[in-house]
Amino acid sequence: MANEAHSKWMDTGPIARSVDWLRANLFSSWGNTVLTLICLAIVWYVIVGFADWAIFSAVFAGSDGSACNKPDAGACWPFVTHKLGLFMYGRYPDPERWRINLTYVLALAGLVPLMIPRVPGKLWLSIYLLTVFPIIGFILVRGGVFWLPHIPTELWGGLFLTLVVASVGIVASFPIGILLALGRRSELPIVRWVCIGFIEVVRGVPLVTVLFMASVMLPLFLPPEVTFDKLLRALIGVALFSAAYLAEVIRGGLQGIPRGQYEAADALGLSYAQKMVFIVLPQALKLVIPGIVNSFIALFKDTSLVLIIGLFDLLGIVQQSISSDAKWFSPQTAATGYFFAGVIFWIFCFSMSRYSAFLERRLAGGERR
Amino acid sequence: MRHATQILTAAALGLIAVAIASQAQSSTLDAVKKRGDLRCGVNIGLAGFSAPDDKGEWTGLDVDFCRAVASAIFKDPTKVKFVPLSAKERFTALQSGEIDLLSRNTTWTMSRGTQQGLAFVGVTYYDGQGFLVKKSLDLKSVAQLAGASICMQTGTTNELNVADYFRTRSLTYNPVVFEKNEEAVSAFNLGRCDAYTTDASGLYAQRIKLADPSAYVVLSEIISKEPLGPAVRQGDDQWANLVQWTLFAWLNAEGLGVTQENVDEKINSGNPEIRRLLGTEGEYGLGIGLDNDWAYQIVKNVGNYGQSFERNVGKGSRLNIARDQNKLWKDGGLHYAPPIR
Amino acid sequence: MANTRNGSPQETQSFAWLYDPRTRGILLQIALLVGVAAFFIEIGLNTAANLNAQNIATGFGFLDRTAGFDISQTLVPYKSTSTYGQVFWVGLTNTLLVAVIGIVLASVLGFVIGLARLSSNWMVARLGTVYVEIIRNVPLLLQLLAWYFTLLIVLPSPDAALELPLGIGVTNRGVYLPAPVWQPGLGAVLITALAGIAGAVAIGIWAKRKRIATGEQVPAFWYGLALIVMPALVVFLALGAPISFEYPTPGRFNLDGGIVLLPELIALLLGLTLYTAAFIAEIVRSGIEAVPRGQKEAAAALGLHPWQVQRLVVIPQAMRVIIPPLTNQYLNLTKNSSLAVAIGYPDLVSVFAGTVLNQTNQAVEVILITMGVYLAISLLTALLMNWFNARMALVER
Repeated sequence: MANEAHSKWMDTGPIARSVDWLRANLFSSWGNTVLTLICLAIVWYVIVGFADWAIFSAVFAGSDGSACNKPDAGACWPFVTHKLGLFMYGRYPDPERWRINLTYVLALAGLVPLMIPRVPGKLWLSIYLLTVFPIIGFILVRGGVFWLPHIPTELWGGLFLTLVVASVGIVASFPIGILLALGRRSELPIVRWVCIGFIEVVRGVPLVTVLFMASVMLPLFLPPEVTFDKLLRALIGVALFSAAYLAEVIRGGLQGIPRGQYEAADALGLSYAQKMVFIVLPQALKLVIPGIVNSFIALFKDTSLVLIIGLFDLLGIVQQSISSDAKWFSPQTAATGYFFAGVIFWIFCFSMSRYSAFLERRLAGGERR
Repeated sequence: MRHATQILTAAALGLIAVAIASQAQSSTLDAVKKRGDLRCGVNIGLAGFSAPDDKGEWTGLDVDFCRAVASAIFKDPTKVKFVPLSAKERFTALQSGEIDLLSRNTTWTMSRGTQQGLAFVGVTYYDGQGFLVKKSLDLKSVAQLAGASICMQTGTTNELNVADYFRTRSLTYNPVVFEKNEEAVSAFNLGRCDAYTTDASGLYAQRIKLADPSAYVVLSEIISKEPLGPAVRQGDDQWANLVQWTLFAWLNAEGLGVTQENVDEKINSGNPEIRRLLGTEGEYGLGIGLDNDWAYQIVKNVGNYGQSFERNVGKGSRLNIARDQNKLWKDGGLHYAPPIR
Repeated sequence: MANTRNGSPQETQSFAWLYDPRTRGILLQIALLVGVAAFFIEIGLNTAANLNAQNIATGFGFLDRTAGFDISQTLVPYKSTSTYGQVFWVGLTNTLLVAVIGIVLASVLGFVIGLARLSSNWMVARLGTVYVEIIRNVPLLLQLLAWYFTLLIVLPSPDAALELPLGIGVTNRGVYLPAPVWQPGLGAVLITALAGIAGAVAIGIWAKRKRIATGEQVPAFWYGLALIVMPALVVFLALGAPISFEYPTPGRFNLDGGIVLLPELIALLLGLTLYTAAFIAEIVRSGIEAVPRGQKEAAAALGLHPWQVQRLVVIPQAMRVIIPPLTNQYLNLTKNSSLAVAIGYPDLVSVFAGTVLNQTNQAVEVILITMGVYLAISLLTALLMNWFNARMALVER
């Protein structure tokens, strides 16, 4: 009896199930077995090597590069901890950093309820985020009014600058993108061709050339006395670039709405503006929300290019710290710095892409009959 | 229809008129005074010439010159806004009006002074292009670098000079160019190239950043003339004169022995040259739109040229560059400033 | 008395044209046209005035001026006495080199990883997912900088050069490959090979016709390959192997001779390939998943080997879904190659919109030319892929 029960457990219990699973998924054939072993070897090598670099051989304490100059040293973590303020806020003066933190809190207060599907009041939150918050945020961060000291944009940098460029880029490119998408579908030939021309030209050139154009040519386009803040030039370039891509995403949404909606709106006697604002755009935008989030992820990654025109976003300021701060020179400084920047970017982008997938599933689920 | 066309034509003409009207220039000095600070273009970070320290304060020889101009105008050396510029954007920034004065270790060449709308007003540092190599290579002249990889920054006269040097001697080399100086130094540090070339002053400045500065040596052969000096926009003579005579006053102060420490007593000196310099006699500030004590303010707030040199790039600094050709003419160097009279 | 207040037939008639949608459309278009024209005129006047005041030359005459600088990698003949126009061609060929090689490598790697993600081997599938999720979420610029820096650290300096078989030398100044030297007779071998390619194409067409007519599978691929390689090999040996190699030898500072692959080029290709392959892998995966399951099951029921199912049934149908987004990725790769400016690879942006713009200060002309070139490349690639797409399109009943 006991033997029977025992062998039954051996055949169907958790150990048996695991063995079966292993056999089916990892070792199902000779080829697969070899592949599995190779993969295991790769994973082992990578994990052990990384753990050694990041934890076991790493330097955790020190006040300058000489601490990390030991032979066979791993990551130089003091470099990151000492420069954390610089990486997060750029050269924004220390006593004023609470203003940036307050801006973050205000932004999250609007974003988090907006992102959770079940929370009501999405329209008000959107209006808050798109109109009220930018003004408050701008005043807080730039200063110059009330009692807040003015902080020139040359001092903005690090992760803060990355977020500024990305969010201003996407918010500013929204209205332009919508107009371009609508214009592209217009029946008026000139409107359509102007929009197509703009979209195709901007999508066909690299962002680097658009940034060069904005930073080098924009001052030439203006009357001599008017000078343009460097950050503003970059923002204009990024916004125009993003608008063209966003226009294509929104166009997909406009095409995805059944024709009947347009016709019904016309039949009801709504003007073009009323039709678009009340009937078409809400549906179109809802359709392409995952596409919009993906655009934002791409824009977030593209903000790192502003280092080429001399702005110090997270990547730019890490790179500058690696190459100009002689105090921290050591063989592992660069690797540690790049790894840190990479992790920060990865956390942001991966979270956003997970959220986008979640949204996609949720919204598609609603549409399935 | 007709009404629409008329209105639109009028609007277009109006726009054109506005565009033309807005081309009127105002004097740079007036604009600077109205704004309340001097916008000075400087290097993003070149030790000894213009670099921000940990607290964000700018120091360096070029920085001191900007402060000298600001002292002359505002009697306050802190009324300067420093605009860090890369090699790529330095000229456009000056041309477009973003900055009033470019004090960024820029070489005075004919094409820059005539074809690009810039006006150089003098030389703050007589430099030349040199090469930084490993001591262990035991090189004596630049020609021995045939076949080597040479790191340098793009968009500079350095690139052109190296090409000329090797081509005229029918030697080959491998150029490795980077946008930023730091990247070039970084690559040189990692061994990507055998030599790093830039103006000799820059070599000393960058050497202190290397992993082991004592393992590198600056070759004694200098392959070009690189007179570094401040630049202003063409077309504003009064402003150009102001900047030029700030430089000359700086040099003359050292020649007359007026320092930051003794300038207050030297006001009452009997030497007529010192009296004219510091404004006790004469009305030399009038011609450049400033008060007569403009030179006194310069020396009081920034010191004379020699003091600034030693403090930033000379014996009092990590660079420890010898004055050599940057001495005054009477000491055997090249600096010769016209008299203030 | 007729009612002449608002709403009377008299009044509405004289302004009816204003409310006619067609008239409004025309008015709007005219307004837009005038607005755009006025905008460009304003910009043009300002720019002309600014350039004039700053004494900057205009026009394209600068393309004939001497450049005066050297470039580290030139696929076309170039000296420091060449003109700026020649610099443009050097930059353009460098960009195209990276774009073409990058597209090929990224496609291959992307397909492999895409298929890996669909593998039945759990470990392989998970590794593929980890790869895609990590690479896709880190900016390309950061990856390029990291690769360049890693290469410079990992590769040995020239005095400790790593020597691989076939005479390849690996240093941190570059990977030196033996350069083939043209000997008389090589031309005949190449002509034979070209004829072989033509023959292989003909065999392919003939085999496809035969398959459609009779259903018989002819291994056209192997026949074609044999036709290309065999005759060329015979001619090659008959002529006494008319090729020799110039091997890299250690020089004073670097290795001399051979073909040099700069570390900048290698880093750029590595970064671009790995990055784009992650996106292509996703496209391939969704393309293959889009093929209805019934197709696979029917093919298996017909007795086809799993490998044949993939090759003959799944992948051709998946290609229709894959190709449009794939085009996008190819264009992205070409445009992303402009990031070469950050690691010092002399591509078009770095050498033309970088150095030439700096030396001549003619920002408007240089940037317009650069943008125009990228636009042209984008349009050409899009046209090519559209042609390819049309051939693959589903022929609806």
